[in-house]
Amino acid sequence: MTDPSHSSPAPPAAAEELVIEAGRADLHYWRDLWRYRELLGFLAWRDIKVRYKQTVLGVAWAVIQPAVQTILLTFVFSKLARMPDGGVPYPLLVLAGLLPWQLFSSAFSGAGGSLVGNAHLISKVYFPRLVVPLSALVVALVDLAVLLVVSGGFALTYGVLPTWHVLLLPVFMLAGLLIALGAGLWVSALTVKYRDFRIVMPFLLQIGVFVTPVGYRTDFLPNWRDLLALNPLTGVVDGFRWCLLGTDYTIYEPGLIVSLAVTLILLGTGLWFFRRTERQFADVI
Amino acid sequence: MATDNVISLENLSKRYVIGHQTRHDTLRDALTHGVRRFGRLFGSGDRGLAAGREEFWALRDVSFEVRRGEVLGIIGRNGAGKSTLLKILSRITEPTGGRAAIRGRVASLLEVGTGFHPELTGRENIFLNGAILGMGRLEIRRKFDEIVAFAEVERFLDTPVKHYSSGMYVRLAFAVAAHLEPEILIVDEVLAVGDLAFQKKCLDRMQAISARELRTVIMVSHNLNSVLQLCTRVAYLAGGRLTGLGAPADLVRQYLGSDNPVTAVAVLADQPRPSYVRGYAKYLSGCLVAPRQLGPWRVQFGDAFRLELRVKVLKRMEFFEIGLSVFSLYGFEICSSLSSWTERLGPTDPGEYLVTINYPAVALVPSVYHLSFGLRSERGLEDHLTEAIDLEITESDHSAKENFSTIHGALAVEISTAIRRVTT
Repeated sequence: MTDPSHSSPAPPAAAEELVIEAGRADLHYWRDLWRYRELLGFLAWRDIKVRYKQTVLGVAWAVIQPAVQTILLTFVFSKLARMPDGGVPYPLLVLAGLLPWQLFSSAFSGAGGSLVGNAHLISKVYFPRLVVPLSALVVALVDLAVLLVVSGGFALTYGVLPTWHVLLLPVFMLAGLLIALGAGLWVSALTVKYRDFRIVMPFLLQIGVFVTPVGYRTDFLPNWRDLLALNPLTGVVDGFRWCLLGTDYTIYEPGLIVSLAVTLILLGTGLWFFRRTERQFADVI
Repeated sequence: MATDNVISLENLSKRYVIGHQTRHDTLRDALTHGVRRFGRLFGSGDRGLAAGREEFWALRDVSFEVRRGEVLGIIGRNGAGKSTLLKILSRITEPTGGRAAIRGRVASLLEVGTGFHPELTGRENIFLNGAILGMGRLEIRRKFDEIVAFAEVERFLDTPVKHYSSGMYVRLAFAVAAHLEPEILIVDEVLAVGDLAFQKKCLDRMQAISARELRTVIMVSHNLNSVLQLCTRVAYLAGGRLTGLGAPADLVRQYLGSDNPVTAVAVLADQPRPSYVRGYAKYLSGCLVAPRQLGPWRVQFGDAFRLELRVKVLKRMEFFEIGLSVFSLYGFEICSSLSSWTERLGPTDPGEYLVTINYPAVALVPSVYHLSFGLRSERGLEDHLTEAIDLEITESDHSAKENFSTIHGALAVEISTAIRRVTT
């Protein structure tokens, strides 16, 4: 949503010819996507704006949910399962894992349901369909920003200060978003045809919060590290902890590489499938 | 090749496969048909059809060209392929075959208020809707005041649109769309909404768009009057094929004439019925008797006429009533009548009956109207036929003197007037 942008009110048309044919790959797809970046911003803005309308607590919900989850996970993993904390206050450990998880789950569920949620647009207006799941990522980022500020305050009460590691946080945020995008592209395109995936998605998220090391730290589980790394979010969660908890946390590099590879595969295939099926969305949705 | 064609269509076709969606709507179905089929369902349409599938060509080998500055009207009955054609040109759906070439920035308006969110205010929706239609933020900001003035909603700008009246909603939605500045504007039947005064305003604005800046407009409309007023050329679609292209007056005549074969007796027995009718009494046929026989289902302006309906009764009715409604081409219900206002019909035992309806000399403006019939017994609605018969009201010698094309409305009511001087 940058301002000094749209400088093309009716360009001197003449030259350009748009050809519509069956199976024709759109040459200008990525350029169109760039042109529609304002729409992307507007859709994200709409979703944020509408979400808390007619709620009493409003934005507070963005904080209440993760707060409850932090308490719950701390109780389960620290008090019941007695997982090691490695010298970090357990609630902080959980919170640092919950931040990327929230980012992912919000972006993933947003992107996954985005096409069906905007079916009325898809059947009536042209725009590169990627705009829709991408706007869900923006929404998730805004949510995270709110959460980061509150969490920062919470960390200060424990006397934990950020180190230079925090500068690398955007890298891991990007990684989390790309995973959500890859998975979200698959689910959103499949949901257009098979509404089953609307049911599958919350189920996946329920499993995910345990399969991803949100409530425990991986550096004390050497036997499980390689297996956990197959879940690309493991790398992101580790990354967040490394950035936020400073020197008390070490990163397992081979795991990071595996996570990265899985991320790229997910994203690549997701994009491929989405682009392949995109032209039929309006007929099927 | 400096042609002035902004749009050229070559053998444009679109096929839908019926049964596809319902049979494979769940993942389980897809999986049982194997992983290969799973991927194929989305694949481009050219693959062979599995046995038992019904295919349907919404559009078949349509070729024509549109020149810069033209206002092309597309007419045809429901299901003729008009909307499919617009959807392809708007890039919402992909053709199955053929090609279309478009030169220039396209804006399409297939619906009024696409993307309006009920929870957002009028102001917010202007920006959202503008962005959806392809306007930039600065462009919207620049035109904002103009849009608000056009829509006449100044006082309610900061009210969520869910509290708007439907008229305000439509006005706001159309105002945004009317301020698009594309080189090619594609419009689908959006003028059929809103009150008459606002419709007129929109028509004027559309006319101004194409005349002033040599914009090209492609519009679908059921409102033949606005087609005649606005369009420079008309394409007539029937059954997915282009059956005529040329001067609006010729094609509108063709559309009203040959395409709708009207026989003296309209068979109603096999027309589709909605699922909610009980069906213990059923219309079989209808017949028109008018003082001047101008042809089947034609009545001269200002004449009374008689309808004769054959009704089959399957189960005894203690009481029944006949309902008759006259709809305009816009789909607006102009007049409705119930037999029970004046007569009590029944009881009737099973058998066939002839019901005669005398219709008074209501001054319907010369045009084509659709007639709908209902039949209700003490059990409930027995039969319902919506827009079952087309009735044409033709001009009379008397009415020819008046210029009916200047009348916006359905009834021409004769009034008596007198003038006398009250000051000296």
